[in-house]
Amino acid sequence: MGSIALLVAAAIMFAAAPWMIMRAPQESTMGLIQKIFYFHVPAAFTMFVSAFVSGIAGAVYLVRRSPRAERITAAAGELVVVFGAIVLLTGPIWARKAWGVWWQWDARLTITLVMWLIFVAFLLLRKYGGPGSEPLSAAVALFGMANVPFVYWSVNIWRTVHPTTNVVPSLGPGMREAFWWCVAAYLLLYVALLAARAKLEAQRVALDELHFEIGAD
Amino acid sequence: MKGVFAAAWLIARKDFTIEARSREIIATAVFFAVACVLVFSFSLVDEGRAPDNVAAGVLWIGISFAGTLSLARLFERERAHDTLRTLLLAPVERPAVYLGKLLAVVMLMAAVGAVLLPFTGFLFDQAVLGAAPGLAAVILLGIIGYAAVGTLFAAMLGRSRSRDVLLPVLLYPMSVPVLIAGVRATSALLDAAGPDWAAARLWIGVLAAFDVVFLTLALWTFEAVMEE
Repeated sequence: MGSIALLVAAAIMFAAAPWMIMRAPQESTMGLIQKIFYFHVPAAFTMFVSAFVSGIAGAVYLVRRSPRAERITAAAGELVVVFGAIVLLTGPIWARKAWGVWWQWDARLTITLVMWLIFVAFLLLRKYGGPGSEPLSAAVALFGMANVPFVYWSVNIWRTVHPTTNVVPSLGPGMREAFWWCVAAYLLLYVALLAARAKLEAQRVALDELHFEIGAD
Repeated sequence: MKGVFAAAWLIARKDFTIEARSREIIATAVFFAVACVLVFSFSLVDEGRAPDNVAAGVLWIGISFAGTLSLARLFERERAHDTLRTLLLAPVERPAVYLGKLLAVVMLMAAVGAVLLPFTGFLFDQAVLGAAPGLAAVILLGIIGYAAVGTLFAAMLGRSRSRDVLLPVLLYPMSVPVLIAGVRATSALLDAAGPDWAAARLWIGVLAAFDVVFLTLALWTFEAVMEE
């Protein structure tokens, strides 16, 4: 019930977002293309939150073996892939206009791609690893989280062209409200999806157990 | 603590003995790595000349491909006779089993690296000898980081379905920092204007930090996971 209310609230916020984004002033040098920022950055933010949720839940699962932590690891890992796909699709559209190329081997771009690949591998493991692959997938989530600073650090020494995070506090009035509105909408959607997905996973496990019981007779 | 290392050494020695008798993994992994380097050479060399600065990349691709092969074969051997379970039942500390396997993997990959480094130097006309100690340190550190994650994943994939394909699928994205730092450090040391030690030191730092963090995490995870 709670997750439905959250989903409705997120849907309303997303419905209002285009209006807020439209009303926000145009950025002077980049013009219209800058507006993608309102979806790109909150999606990236949500993706990293989700990676950390999945990694920490994975560590908790490895220690306590709680089924709840396992469900959250799985749900959050899946959402990393969903939000990562949004980031990796919206980013190049902007980059093509702003940098003239679709892709750059920049720290932020590379870390996003690597994290996305790690969690795609996580999903492949969960899907094709067969029974008993839960501990390993929890370890993959944990190691993926621990990998963030390393990929970031190593590519940062390499080269960086991506706009830094200082852009966010420097946003002008009108832009700022629209931006934080979108961040809130994304996070709300994230929590709703996480709750719904974790619940679904619990039901799937219960169904599997039921099948097992019937089959055992 | 001393007991852990002694037990780890015993487990690694068991793998060395098997390997010394059959030479199965070492022979196939070295040949596979050499074949990889050749394939990359054919795809990169143009009009009899290799582009500058590709030797380091080719070397590391060879090492990491041969690494997954060695890991898969080493654990397949344990699985075929169900001896990993026996190892885990042995009255030694859990980390000893992990460290023993890790040592065996590192030695196998180091042997591959020892062949591959002069071979790529020879094919791509690189001054390997000038920075040999630095290159050896970079390769060893990279291998330890790669094997630390790989040994844990290969052990945990144990008997799961499609483990052959899942190991590289999981390991390659996870070892991106090792690959970047290894390639950068190697090409800094192979610089045409003489080894660039300042850049190499920076990358060696990245490798060492990766090794420490992932070795610790893998030891902790191995202990937590292999309880049952």
